[in-house]
Amino acid sequence: MANAITEEAVQKTVYEALPQFGVDEADITREATFEDLDVDSLDLAELSQIIEDEYGVALKGDDVGKIKTVGDAIDLVVQKGS
Amino acid sequence: MSSRPENAVALVTGASKGIGAAIAKALAADGWAVAVNYRSDEAGANAVVAAIEEAGGQARAVHADVSSGDGKALLKQVEEALGGPVLALVNNAGVARDNIALQLTDEDWDVVIGTNLSPAFRLTRDSLRSMIKARYGRVINIASVVGPRANAGQSNYAAAKAGLIGMTKTIAAEVARRGVTVNAVAPGFIATDMTAELATDEIVKAIPARRQGTPEEVAAAVRFLASDDAGYVTGTTLYVDGGMSA
Repeated sequence: MANAITEEAVQKTVYEALPQFGVDEADITREATFEDLDVDSLDLAELSQIIEDEYGVALKGDDVGKIKTVGDAIDLVVQKGS
Repeated sequence: MSSRPENAVALVTGASKGIGAAIAKALAADGWAVAVNYRSDEAGANAVVAAIEEAGGQARAVHADVSSGDGKALLKQVEEALGGPVLALVNNAGVARDNIALQLTDEDWDVVIGTNLSPAFRLTRDSLRSMIKARYGRVINIASVVGPRANAGQSNYAAAKAGLIGMTKTIAAEVARRGVTVNAVAPGFIATDMTAELATDEIVKAIPARRQGTPEEVAAAVRFLASDDAGYVTGTTLYVDGGMSA
Protein backbone atom coordinates (compact mmCIF):
# COMPACT_ATOMS: atom_id res chain seq x y z
CA MET A 1 0.00 0.00 0.00
CA ALA A 2 1.43 3.42 -0.96
CA ASN A 3 2.43 5.77 1.84
CA ALA A 4 1.48 9.47 2.03
CA ILE A 5 3.64 11.59 -0.24
CA THR A 6 4.94 14.54 1.71
CA GLU A 7 8.23 16.27 1.10
CA GLU A 8 9.37 15.26 4.56
CA ALA A 9 8.52 11.58 4.02
CA VAL A 10 10.11 11.40 0.58
CA GLN A 11 13.25 13.13 1.83
CA LYS A 12 13.51 10.59 4.63
CA THR A 13 13.13 7.71 2.16
CA VAL A 14 15.76 9.11 -0.19
CA TYR A 15 18.20 9.97 2.58
CA GLU A 16 17.84 6.49 4.06
CA ALA A 17 18.25 4.77 0.69
CA LEU A 18 21.40 6.54 -0.50
CA PRO A 19 23.82 4.93 2.00
CA GLN A 20 22.88 1.55 0.46
CA PHE A 21 24.70 2.74 -2.65
CA GLY A 22 27.86 3.57 -0.74
CA VAL A 23 27.03 7.23 -0.09
CA ASP A 24 28.36 8.74 3.12
CA GLU A 25 25.44 10.07 5.16
CA ALA A 26 27.41 13.22 5.98
CA ASP A 27 27.51 14.12 2.27
CA ILE A 28 23.76 13.94 1.69
CA THR A 29 22.12 17.33 1.21
CA ARG A 30 19.36 18.55 -1.10
CA GLU A 31 21.95 20.43 -3.12
CA ALA A 32 24.34 17.50 -3.55
CA THR A 33 24.50 16.20 -7.10
CA PHE A 34 24.25 12.49 -7.73
CA GLU A 35 27.47 12.79 -9.70
CA ASP A 36 29.28 14.19 -6.67
CA LEU A 37 27.81 11.43 -4.52
CA ASP A 38 29.01 8.82 -7.05
CA VAL A 39 25.46 7.59 -7.55
CA ASP A 40 25.17 6.15 -11.05
CA SER A 41 22.32 5.00 -13.28
CA LEU A 42 22.03 1.56 -11.63
CA ASP A 43 21.77 3.22 -8.21
CA LEU A 44 19.14 5.66 -9.52
CA ALA A 45 17.18 2.81 -11.09
CA GLU A 46 17.17 1.06 -7.74
CA LEU A 47 16.21 4.28 -5.94
CA SER A 48 13.29 4.59 -8.39
CA GLN A 49 12.18 1.08 -7.46
CA ILE A 50 12.35 1.88 -3.73
CA ILE A 51 10.25 5.01 -4.32
CA GLU A 52 7.74 3.10 -6.44
CA ASP A 53 7.38 0.39 -3.77
CA GLU A 54 6.97 3.00 -1.02
CA TYR A 55 4.76 5.60 -2.70
CA GLY A 56 3.37 4.00 -5.86
CA VAL A 57 5.05 6.71 -7.94
CA ALA A 58 6.79 5.38 -11.04
CA LEU A 59 9.82 7.28 -12.31
CA LYS A 60 10.44 6.59 -15.97
CA GLY A 61 13.76 6.64 -17.80
CA ASP A 62 13.20 10.20 -19.06
CA ASP A 63 12.41 11.44 -15.55
CA VAL A 64 15.53 9.91 -14.11
CA GLY A 65 17.64 11.51 -16.83
CA LYS A 66 16.56 15.00 -15.68
CA ILE A 67 17.36 14.47 -12.01
CA LYS A 68 20.72 16.04 -11.11
CA THR A 69 20.51 16.67 -7.37
CA VAL A 70 19.01 14.93 -4.37
CA GLY A 71 16.54 17.83 -4.14
CA ASP A 72 15.51 17.29 -7.79
CA ALA A 73 14.62 13.67 -6.99
CA ILE A 74 12.59 14.58 -3.90
CA ASP A 75 10.73 17.38 -5.69
CA LEU A 76 9.95 15.18 -8.70
CA VAL A 77 8.44 12.42 -6.57
CA VAL A 78 6.31 14.94 -4.64
CA GLN A 79 5.20 16.56 -7.89
CA LYS A 80 4.28 13.24 -9.55
CA GLY A 81 2.49 12.07 -6.49
CA SER A 82 0.31 15.16 -6.10
CA MET B 1 30.25 -15.44 -1.47
CA SER B 2 26.52 -14.80 -1.11
CA SER B 3 24.09 -17.68 -0.68
CA ARG B 4 20.86 -18.35 -2.47
CA PRO B 5 17.91 -17.05 -0.41
CA GLU B 6 15.65 -19.79 0.91
CA ASN B 7 12.49 -19.11 -1.08
CA ALA B 8 14.31 -18.55 -4.40
CA VAL B 9 12.53 -19.66 -7.55
CA ALA B 10 13.96 -20.59 -10.94
CA LEU B 11 12.03 -19.99 -14.16
CA VAL B 12 13.04 -22.05 -17.19
CA THR B 13 11.35 -21.02 -20.42
CA GLY B 14 10.57 -23.67 -23.03
CA ALA B 15 11.04 -26.44 -20.49
CA SER B 16 8.55 -29.08 -21.66
CA LYS B 17 11.18 -31.13 -23.49
CA GLY B 18 14.79 -31.37 -24.62
CA ILE B 19 17.40 -29.09 -23.11
CA GLY B 20 14.82 -27.03 -21.19
CA ALA B 21 13.39 -30.09 -19.49
CA ALA B 22 16.85 -31.31 -18.52
CA ILE B 23 17.70 -27.87 -17.11
CA ALA B 24 14.51 -27.76 -15.05
CA LYS B 25 15.31 -31.17 -13.55
CA ALA B 26 18.93 -30.26 -12.82
CA LEU B 27 17.99 -27.02 -11.06
CA ALA B 28 15.31 -28.80 -9.02
CA ALA B 29 17.88 -31.42 -7.99
CA ASP B 30 19.99 -28.53 -6.74
CA GLY B 31 17.16 -27.29 -4.49
CA TRP B 32 15.56 -24.61 -6.66
CA ALA B 33 11.75 -24.43 -6.80
CA VAL B 34 11.28 -24.55 -10.55
CA ALA B 35 8.68 -23.05 -12.88
CA VAL B 36 8.51 -25.26 -15.97
CA ASN B 37 7.27 -22.89 -18.67
CA TYR B 38 5.63 -24.26 -21.80
CA ARG B 39 3.83 -22.74 -24.77
CA SER B 40 1.77 -25.66 -26.08
CA ASP B 41 3.14 -28.97 -24.77
CA GLU B 42 1.20 -29.18 -21.51
CA ALA B 43 1.67 -32.95 -21.27
CA GLY B 44 5.42 -32.56 -21.65
CA ALA B 45 5.60 -29.87 -18.99
CA ASN B 46 3.48 -31.93 -16.60
CA ALA B 47 5.77 -34.91 -17.16
CA VAL B 48 8.77 -32.76 -16.22
CA VAL B 49 7.00 -31.56 -13.06
CA ALA B 50 6.07 -35.16 -12.17
CA ALA B 51 9.66 -36.31 -12.61
CA ILE B 52 10.92 -33.46 -10.42
CA GLU B 53 8.36 -34.17 -7.70
CA GLU B 54 9.11 -37.89 -7.79
CA ALA B 55 12.74 -37.06 -7.15
CA GLY B 56 11.74 -34.96 -4.12
CA GLY B 57 11.90 -31.55 -5.76
CA GLN B 58 9.41 -28.71 -6.16
CA ALA B 59 8.02 -27.56 -9.50
CA ARG B 60 4.99 -26.14 -11.29
CA ALA B 61 4.07 -26.13 -14.97
CA VAL B 62 3.45 -22.54 -16.09
CA HIS B 63 1.76 -21.87 -19.41
CA ALA B 64 2.84 -18.77 -21.32
CA ASP B 65 3.95 -17.87 -24.81
CA VAL B 66 7.05 -15.81 -24.02
CA SER B 67 6.95 -14.20 -27.47
CA SER B 68 3.67 -12.49 -26.57
CA GLY B 69 5.41 -9.83 -24.55
CA ASP B 70 3.95 -9.87 -21.06
CA GLY B 71 7.03 -10.79 -19.03
CA LYS B 72 5.84 -9.09 -15.85
CA ALA B 73 2.63 -11.13 -15.85
CA LEU B 74 4.56 -14.37 -16.29
CA LEU B 75 6.97 -13.52 -13.47
CA LYS B 76 4.08 -12.60 -11.17
CA GLN B 77 2.31 -15.87 -12.04
CA VAL B 78 5.47 -17.84 -11.25
CA GLU B 79 6.11 -16.01 -7.97
CA GLU B 80 2.55 -16.64 -6.81
CA ALA B 81 2.63 -20.31 -7.87
CA LEU B 82 5.91 -21.09 -6.14
CA GLY B 83 5.88 -18.61 -3.26
CA GLY B 84 9.08 -16.70 -3.83
CA PRO B 85 10.92 -14.28 -6.12
CA VAL B 86 12.40 -15.48 -9.42
CA LEU B 87 16.11 -15.32 -8.71
CA ALA B 88 17.22 -17.65 -11.50
CA LEU B 89 16.01 -17.07 -15.03
CA VAL B 90 16.97 -19.50 -17.80
CA ASN B 91 16.07 -18.08 -21.19
CA ASN B 92 15.86 -21.32 -23.12
CA ALA B 93 12.75 -20.97 -25.30
CA GLY B 94 13.75 -21.10 -28.93
CA VAL B 95 12.52 -22.01 -32.38
CA ALA B 96 14.11 -22.41 -35.79
CA ARG B 97 12.76 -21.37 -39.17
CA ASP B 98 15.57 -22.31 -41.50
CA ASN B 99 16.27 -21.14 -45.02
CA ILE B 100 19.10 -19.48 -46.87
CA ALA B 101 18.99 -15.72 -46.57
CA LEU B 102 17.84 -15.28 -50.17
CA GLN B 103 14.71 -17.27 -49.39
CA LEU B 104 14.13 -16.30 -45.77
CA THR B 105 10.87 -14.39 -45.34
CA ASP B 106 10.30 -11.43 -43.03
CA GLU B 107 8.04 -13.70 -41.00
CA ASP B 108 10.77 -16.36 -40.64
CA TRP B 109 13.09 -13.65 -39.38
CA ASP B 110 10.58 -11.97 -37.05
CA VAL B 111 9.37 -15.22 -35.46
CA VAL B 112 12.88 -16.42 -34.61
CA ILE B 113 14.06 -13.05 -33.26
CA GLY B 114 10.73 -12.60 -31.50
CA THR B 115 10.93 -15.97 -29.75
CA ASN B 116 14.65 -16.51 -29.24
CA LEU B 117 15.99 -13.02 -28.46
CA SER B 118 13.43 -10.35 -27.59
CA PRO B 119 11.63 -12.33 -24.86
CA ALA B 120 15.01 -13.09 -23.26
CA PHE B 121 15.66 -9.36 -22.99
CA ARG B 122 12.20 -8.55 -21.65
CA LEU B 123 12.21 -11.31 -19.06
CA THR B 124 15.73 -10.41 -17.98
CA ARG B 125 14.80 -6.75 -17.59
CA ASP B 126 11.63 -7.57 -15.68
CA SER B 127 13.30 -10.10 -13.36
CA LEU B 128 16.21 -7.82 -12.44
CA ARG B 129 14.06 -5.85 -10.04
CA SER B 130 13.63 -8.80 -7.67
CA MET B 131 17.20 -9.95 -8.16
CA ILE B 132 18.68 -6.53 -7.40
CA LYS B 133 16.47 -6.21 -4.32
CA ALA B 134 17.65 -9.63 -3.11
CA ARG B 135 21.26 -8.83 -3.99
CA TYR B 136 21.24 -12.29 -5.65
CA GLY B 137 20.38 -13.34 -9.19
CA ARG B 138 21.31 -15.76 -11.91
CA VAL B 139 20.37 -15.12 -15.53
CA ILE B 140 21.43 -17.84 -17.94
CA ASN B 141 20.79 -17.42 -21.64
CA ILE B 142 20.83 -20.54 -23.77
CA ALA B 143 22.71 -19.44 -26.89
CA SER B 144 24.37 -21.79 -29.40
CA VAL B 145 27.59 -22.48 -31.25
CA VAL B 146 25.58 -21.10 -34.18
CA GLY B 147 25.90 -17.35 -34.06
CA PRO B 148 29.52 -17.09 -33.10
CA ARG B 149 30.08 -19.43 -36.05
CA ALA B 150 28.28 -19.70 -39.35
CA ASN B 151 25.62 -22.25 -40.15
CA ALA B 152 24.20 -21.86 -43.64
CA GLY B 153 20.43 -21.70 -43.61
CA GLN B 154 20.21 -20.17 -40.16
CA SER B 155 20.94 -16.47 -40.48
CA ASN B 156 17.91 -15.67 -38.32
CA TYR B 157 18.81 -18.24 -35.66
CA ALA B 158 22.47 -17.16 -35.75
CA ALA B 159 21.49 -13.50 -35.32
CA ALA B 160 19.28 -14.31 -32.35
CA LYS B 161 21.90 -16.49 -30.65
CA ALA B 162 24.77 -14.06 -31.29
CA GLY B 163 22.48 -11.32 -30.03
CA LEU B 164 21.91 -13.26 -26.82
CA ILE B 165 25.65 -13.39 -26.25
CA GLY B 166 26.09 -9.66 -26.79
CA MET B 167 23.15 -8.91 -24.53
CA THR B 168 24.56 -11.25 -21.88
CA LYS B 169 27.85 -9.40 -21.70
CA THR B 170 26.38 -5.92 -21.47
CA ILE B 171 23.69 -6.66 -18.92
CA ALA B 172 26.24 -8.64 -16.88
CA ALA B 173 28.44 -5.55 -16.69
CA GLU B 174 25.49 -3.38 -15.64
CA VAL B 175 24.35 -5.46 -12.68
CA ALA B 176 27.41 -7.36 -11.48
CA ARG B 177 27.91 -5.27 -8.37
CA ARG B 178 24.44 -6.20 -7.11
CA GLY B 179 25.30 -9.91 -6.87
CA VAL B 180 23.48 -10.71 -10.11
CA THR B 181 25.37 -12.79 -12.68
CA VAL B 182 24.37 -13.02 -16.34
CA ASN B 183 25.93 -15.74 -18.47
CA ALA B 184 25.29 -17.69 -21.64
CA VAL B 185 25.58 -21.40 -22.31
CA ALA B 186 26.29 -22.32 -25.93
CA PRO B 187 25.30 -25.88 -26.74
CA GLY B 188 26.78 -27.56 -29.78
CA PHE B 189 25.18 -30.52 -31.48
CA ILE B 190 22.84 -31.92 -28.82
CA ALA B 191 20.51 -34.90 -29.25
CA THR B 192 17.02 -33.35 -29.09
CA ASP B 193 13.90 -33.09 -31.30
CA MET B 194 15.37 -29.95 -32.83
CA THR B 195 18.35 -31.86 -34.26
CA ALA B 196 16.61 -35.19 -34.91
CA GLU B 197 16.25 -34.65 -38.65
CA LEU B 198 19.86 -33.63 -39.24
CA ALA B 199 22.57 -35.77 -40.88
CA THR B 200 24.06 -36.90 -37.57
CA ASP B 201 26.98 -39.02 -38.85
CA GLU B 202 28.27 -36.26 -41.07
CA ILE B 203 28.05 -33.61 -38.37
CA VAL B 204 29.62 -35.81 -35.69
CA LYS B 205 32.74 -36.32 -37.87
CA ALA B 206 33.47 -32.59 -37.45
CA ILE B 207 33.17 -32.68 -33.65
CA PRO B 208 36.39 -33.48 -31.75
CA ALA B 209 34.44 -35.52 -29.19
CA ARG B 210 32.98 -37.55 -32.08
CA ARG B 211 29.51 -37.72 -30.59
CA GLN B 212 26.43 -35.64 -29.94
CA GLY B 213 26.06 -34.05 -26.55
CA THR B 214 23.11 -34.78 -24.26
CA PRO B 215 20.60 -32.35 -22.79
CA GLU B 216 21.86 -33.40 -19.36
CA GLU B 217 25.36 -32.22 -20.22
CA VAL B 218 24.02 -28.79 -21.12
CA ALA B 219 21.91 -28.77 -17.95
CA ALA B 220 25.00 -29.49 -15.83
CA ALA B 221 26.58 -26.28 -17.12
CA VAL B 222 23.44 -24.31 -16.30
CA ARG B 223 23.26 -25.88 -12.86
CA PHE B 224 26.81 -24.70 -12.12
CA LEU B 225 26.16 -21.16 -13.38
CA ALA B 226 23.01 -20.97 -11.26
CA SER B 227 24.83 -22.10 -8.13
CA ASP B 228 26.40 -20.11 -5.30
CA ASP B 229 29.80 -21.38 -6.48
CA ALA B 230 29.49 -19.39 -9.72
CA GLY B 231 29.07 -16.03 -8.00
CA TYR B 232 32.23 -14.65 -9.61
CA VAL B 233 31.40 -15.91 -13.09
CA THR B 234 29.56 -13.35 -15.15
CA GLY B 235 29.40 -12.01 -18.68
CA THR B 236 30.81 -15.21 -20.06
CA THR B 237 29.69 -17.90 -22.51
CA LEU B 238 30.23 -21.53 -21.55
CA TYR B 239 30.42 -23.74 -24.61
CA VAL B 240 29.07 -27.28 -24.24
CA ASP B 241 29.99 -28.53 -27.68
CA GLY B 242 32.47 -31.43 -27.55
CA GLY B 243 35.27 -29.14 -28.74
CA MET B 244 33.49 -27.86 -31.84
CA SER B 245 34.45 -24.26 -31.09
CA ALA B 246 37.98 -24.95 -29.91
